[in-house]
Order: sequence, then structure tokens, then C-alpha cells
Amino acid sequence: MFYREAGDFKTSYTDDSQTFPIKFDRYRYYVVLAVGFGIIPFIINDYWANALLLPFLIYAIAAIGLNILVGYCGQVSLGTGGFMAVGAYACYKLMTAFPDVSMFVHVFLAGGVTAIVGVLFGLPSLRIKGFYLAVATLAAQFFLVWLFNRVPWFYNYSASGQINAPERDVFGIIITGPNAPAWATYLFCLIFLAFCAIIARNLTRGTTGRSWMAIRDMDIAAEIIGVNPLKAKLTAFAVSSFFVGIAGALFFAVYLGAVEVGEVFGIQKSFLVLFMVIIGGLGSIFGSFAGAAFLVLLPVVLKVVGVDVLGWPTDIVAHLQLVIVGALIIMFLILEPHGLAQLWRVTKEKLRLWPFPH
Amino acid sequence: MTTKLATMALGALMAAGPALADLVIPDLSYRTGPYAAGGIPFSDGYNDYFTLLNERDGGIGGVPVRMVECETGYNTEKGVECYESTKGEGALVYQPLSTGITYQLIPKVTADGIPLHTMGYGRTSAKNGDVFSHTFNYPANYWDGASGAINYLLEENGGDLSGKKIALVYHNSAYGKEPIRTLEELSKKHGFELAALPVDHPGQEQKSQWLQIRRDKPDYVLMWGWGVMNQVAVQEAANIRFPMENFIGIWWSGSENDVLPAGEAANGYKALTFHNVGTDFPVFDDIQKYVVDTGKAAGAGDQVGTVLYNRGLYAAMLASEAVKKAQEISGNADITPAEMRDGMEALEITEAKMVELGLPNFGPTFSVSCENHGGDALVGVTQWDAANKTWSLISEFKATDGDVIGALINEDSAAYAAENNIESRCN
Repeated sequence: MFYREAGDFKTSYTDDSQTFPIKFDRYRYYVVLAVGFGIIPFIINDYWANALLLPFLIYAIAAIGLNILVGYCGQVSLGTGGFMAVGAYACYKLMTAFPDVSMFVHVFLAGGVTAIVGVLFGLPSLRIKGFYLAVATLAAQFFLVWLFNRVPWFYNYSASGQINAPERDVFGIIITGPNAPAWATYLFCLIFLAFCAIIARNLTRGTTGRSWMAIRDMDIAAEIIGVNPLKAKLTAFAVSSFFVGIAGALFFAVYLGAVEVGEVFGIQKSFLVLFMVIIGGLGSIFGSFAGAAFLVLLPVVLKVVGVDVLGWPTDIVAHLQLVIVGALIIMFLILEPHGLAQLWRVTKEKLRLWPFPH
Repeated sequence: MTTKLATMALGALMAAGPALADLVIPDLSYRTGPYAAGGIPFSDGYNDYFTLLNERDGGIGGVPVRMVECETGYNTEKGVECYESTKGEGALVYQPLSTGITYQLIPKVTADGIPLHTMGYGRTSAKNGDVFSHTFNYPANYWDGASGAINYLLEENGGDLSGKKIALVYHNSAYGKEPIRTLEELSKKHGFELAALPVDHPGQEQKSQWLQIRRDKPDYVLMWGWGVMNQVAVQEAANIRFPMENFIGIWWSGSENDVLPAGEAANGYKALTFHNVGTDFPVFDDIQKYVVDTGKAAGAGDQVGTVLYNRGLYAAMLASEAVKKAQEISGNADITPAEMRDGMEALEITEAKMVELGLPNFGPTFSVSCENHGGDALVGVTQWDAANKTWSLISEFKATDGDVIGALINEDSAAYAAENNIESRCN
């Protein structure tokens, strides 16, 4: 009833190949955009921005990036934390070297730097696959963290080895630092997320995405039908690292403001983003959003319910949180191995027939 | 989407909480994770002292204290979440017990006008109150610790350390890197050789560092460790038979948790401190009577009198004294964070005051001013007795090398002020 193509006629090829061909889907998308850009910035406060929305938006960008590599191109990567660190440190060096340049430029350039580093570490993927590639990217993770800890140039020789985001603006509106208004930081991240999601969606629908998926499904067959594995794999690494780098730059500059590489961009971060991709759904942009939302919001919800509503001791809630999140992950993966995105697809199929199934 | 809506509803519920007249003290604790062994006793001591004030005196100046505990797990992201969720309740002072979270909060609290007290941790140059208006790190900081350790060694060696080798085993994070700059300066001044050995989080793997110590045979080893790293280091030192009396930890590496696992072998291990140890103080009778016996103790209630419990208690005592000072200055019993900041800046701890509170000779005497947010930097040394399972103070609270530290603090805080366009505010 809600969800049907019947009566939704297309009169041109452009209409037929648009991102959301079903009218209901398209309207839902517009509503989400309208709420995200038009309503939330007016009602947001510091708590909502810093505790929930900023981490959700930033992790969603990172998850989209990793999804391109793992979900679309089939190259397992455990180096996400390291690549996020590259984005963060590139952004820091740019911010301190060129204070008058807009933050938009810095974040894009940070993504670009990460893309180059990602391609470098993607080179082994031409020779090795699967678990062996995972180990190679794991080496990238440890090497990058070690590098940023070891070479004082990266943290401008500060005594503690921390990097701190100085106050920077976009068109006169402060985006980083403690005086940045919540709506501005939120909108700044949302713009990047929307940009990344649209780019990712369109890349994966086009030639590039199809060659990635061909490599993922069977690399030898793909090569025989004329997909260039070098180009496909390295573009996947470049695009994926570009997004992950943007996420790292935003994570440091807008969300945290001060970063210590070993703690913030350690191996746990790589696993966290990988879990988001797996729980959300491999090879799905919506899945990246769903996975990020699940792993960012659920612990906060459990904490609010346990500590603030039920009044339980904080340590018990913290332990229960681990148990519940872990149990839910296992449950989801047993009930729906293809992630939350598949759950959503099934729901849509059901809604098509509802309320009159055969 | 449903989770989103649910959080939204809960968030609204939280925001609409009642506004009673009380003094809100958030406690960003960590009772879980690899650093919980240190986080639990500190938080218990911090909570118990305020519970004591509520039960015995009906709060501070007649206004009850409301503790808001939030679990950070020593994780900076959760720390930010905790800060944002508690600051709206009128939080008077934050004590995150984590150098990483401190670095996050310094700019945030300054913008929000809430004082931050980082007792013996955090950013050392915050001692310069002229630059760091809302951050306090009295009574002592890491650089005082580094200098205190060297002074103690100087005393042991008749004032001469030239030609000696000193190794620093440190947690490879902002926290562990803090003392390096001071130790480098001191090594130039006193002519000893310094070797810095980093240990990565969480610190369970230290074989290679101690192998290096066994090979290089330094005369003394200093340690900047926290959590599980401490016990591993003490055990490793015992394994290579390093003489324990030449092994000195910072105050975060000197609790019962750190030495008990190594058993007899840890006997003689030393640690720095800026407060006294043990339960031989009148205030502990009151804690037993009003808090423990009535079942109101925080946590499991089994930490009373441990080193870190005492430190939490001391932190709470300094906070409550600052509240009293703020009430006295402003004339309001129900003070605001801005008044609390003024109270902290005017704080003066004298021996008479500590006796009155039932804590005679518990900590050094000091006073805070606009320029000096770090107190008078007096550092003592404690030693572990494995047979009796007790720490004891073996060196009184003594002055540290103010010339070296002062110059470094001015340099670092001036750099921070220039980076963030902070103008001088004292005068």
C-alpha cells in the first residue's frame, strides 16, 4: 500500500535511472534531507551535537568509505583507524600552516592526502587477497600510529604529543574550537556526509562501481571480461581512503578538538568501523548509515536508560552495555547475516504487499 | 529511526529534570576498562567525602551536595559525552582523572565558564593561571613530580648526580610524555644521562623495555605509568632483579594495586606523592561512622584508606574547601560555576585548616592566586613495605626546582596563549 511502483510512470530514461526510482522512496529521501538541513540545526544543543549527532555523522562517512572498499570491492581492510589518523594529522598540519584558508578546503585536502596514502598501502592488494590483505592493512594501521607518535613534526613538537584544533572558520562562522556553535559544527559535518553519500551512491551505480563489484564477485572472471584489476582496486582504495580521511579530519577538528593518536585512532577504531559496515550491511550506502547509528546511538541510549532513568550504578550499566550490544550484534548476524540494510530491504518488500499479501 | 526517536524522548526527559538548590559535583569516573583499578578507589574516596559532608554537616554551608557520576572508561569520546550530559545541570567543577580527557576539556570549560581541577595530572602549564583561566592543577603537577624525584635522588647522592644514568619508563601517551622535557632540562643542569623508554597502551607488554634496562644498567629508573602498566613494570623489575629502592614511580604509579601482585619482590619500591597515606587521621573515624557503617559508601566500600582512595578524598576536600571559599566571597550558599572558579583561585590551605577538617599533615600547605593555579609544588616520597603491606611517607613534602619548571611553564603557556589569542588577565 505505502510502497508500490504501480502508477509511478516514467517517461524518460533519465527518470528511469534516477537514484530513487520509486516515488515513496524519493519523498522519504527529501523529507530526511529537509529535516536534517532545515529543522535539526534550529533545535540542536551542545549535548545533542557532541554526544550523538557529530559522532553519528562522522562515523557514517567513515563507514561509507570502508564499505566501498570492503563491501563493493571486496578488499578487507583493518587500517581504517590509521587512515583516519592520516586525515586528522593532515588536517592539523594544514590548519596550523594556513590559518586563513577555509575549513572546507582543509578537510578536502586532508581527504586527498589520505587518498594518496591509501593508494600506497593498497598496492599490496594487487598481489594478495583476503586474510593476507587484512594483515597487510593491519600493518598499515600500526605503522601509521607509530609514525604519528614517533615523528614530532606531525604534532608540531608539542610537549605532550597531542594535537589541538585551533579556532578556524568557514565564511566567518567558527567551526572548530570550543566556541563553535552546535548548529554550525553539525551542518558542517552534515554537508560532508551528504556530499560523500551522493558521490558514493553514484559511483557505485556507474562503471567504476560495477568494475569494483566485478572484482569483488570473482576477480579472475572480471579480468577476463576486461576489467582492469589495477585500476579497479586502486580507485577503490583511493575513494575509500578519501572518505575515511575526511572522517578522520572531522573527527579530530570538529568533534574532539584534541587527539592523541594511539588512543583515538588505535586498532579499536578500525574494528569499530568494520563492525558498523558488517552490521549495517556490506555493499549498501544505507547500511553504512544504519551501522553507524546502531553502534553510536545504542550505547548512549543504554546509558541514559540505565543511569538516568533506572538509577543503576554506572559501572554495572557500562558492563551491561557491553553485554547487550554484543548480544544484539550476534542476534542480528544470526537473524540477518546481510545486515540492517537487508532487514530494511525485506521490510520494503513486505510493505509493497501490505496489507493484502497473497 | 525508532532508536533515534527513543533517544530524543529520553533526552527531552533528562533536560526537563527538576532544578533544586544543590551543589552539583560531577564525577567522571572509570570503574571499567584497563584503568579501573586506579579509577575505582579514587572515585570511591571522592564520593565518600561528599557523602560524609552531606550526612554529618548537611552539605556545604547548609546546601547539600549532589554527585552525578558518569562512566568514562578512561576513553576521551565517552569523556566528552559525559561532560556534555552533565554540564547543563549546573556542574561546579570537573575532575576527569585522565590527562587525555583534560586536554579535551581545557578549551571547552573555558568557553563554558566551568572550572576544571586536574590534581597532579593534565596539562602542566595550566599552572599559569594568567593563560589558563579555568584550569587548576594544585597542589602539584608532573613537572614538580619529575623535579621532586631528581631532588630526592640528589639528596641520596650527596647533591651530585653527574655521570649517573637514569631511565624513564613511560606510558606512550600525552600523560607519559609530559615529564620528558623537564627531565631533559634537569639532566643538562645536573649532568646525569637520561634514557626514555616508551610503553604502549595498555602496558601489558614491557619485556623489551626491561631487557634494555638490564643491558644498560641505569642507576635509577623513574616510571610514569597508570593502570595495568604499573604492576607489570614492578613485576618485570623484580624479574631482572633491579634494586627496588632505586625504582621510583610518579604518584599514579604508587598504589597498593601496583605492588601487591609482585608480592615480596616489590618490597622497597618508592613512589612520589603530594598527600599523606594511611588511615591514621581523625576524618576516617567520621567516614566509618557516617558513611561506611550506614551503608552509604560508594562502590563496594572496600577501598577506604588505600592510596588512591585518600587521593580522591583529598581532591574532594580541596573542592569542598573551594566551595566554602566561594560561598564566603559571594555571600550565596548556592554558588554558580563562576563563583566556584573565584573560590578556587582564592583557595588557601593551611595546617590549621587541615587540623580542623580532621586531616592534620595530610597534604602540603599552599595557596592559589590568579597567576599561580598550581599551588606551591611540594612533593614527598613514599615507600612500600611488602611485609606489612603498607605505604609510608619517607620524605616530607619538599620544594621542587622552581627555576627550571617556571621557565618551562612560561614557555609552554605562552605558546598556548599565542595559538589561541589569549590575553593576559591578571594585574
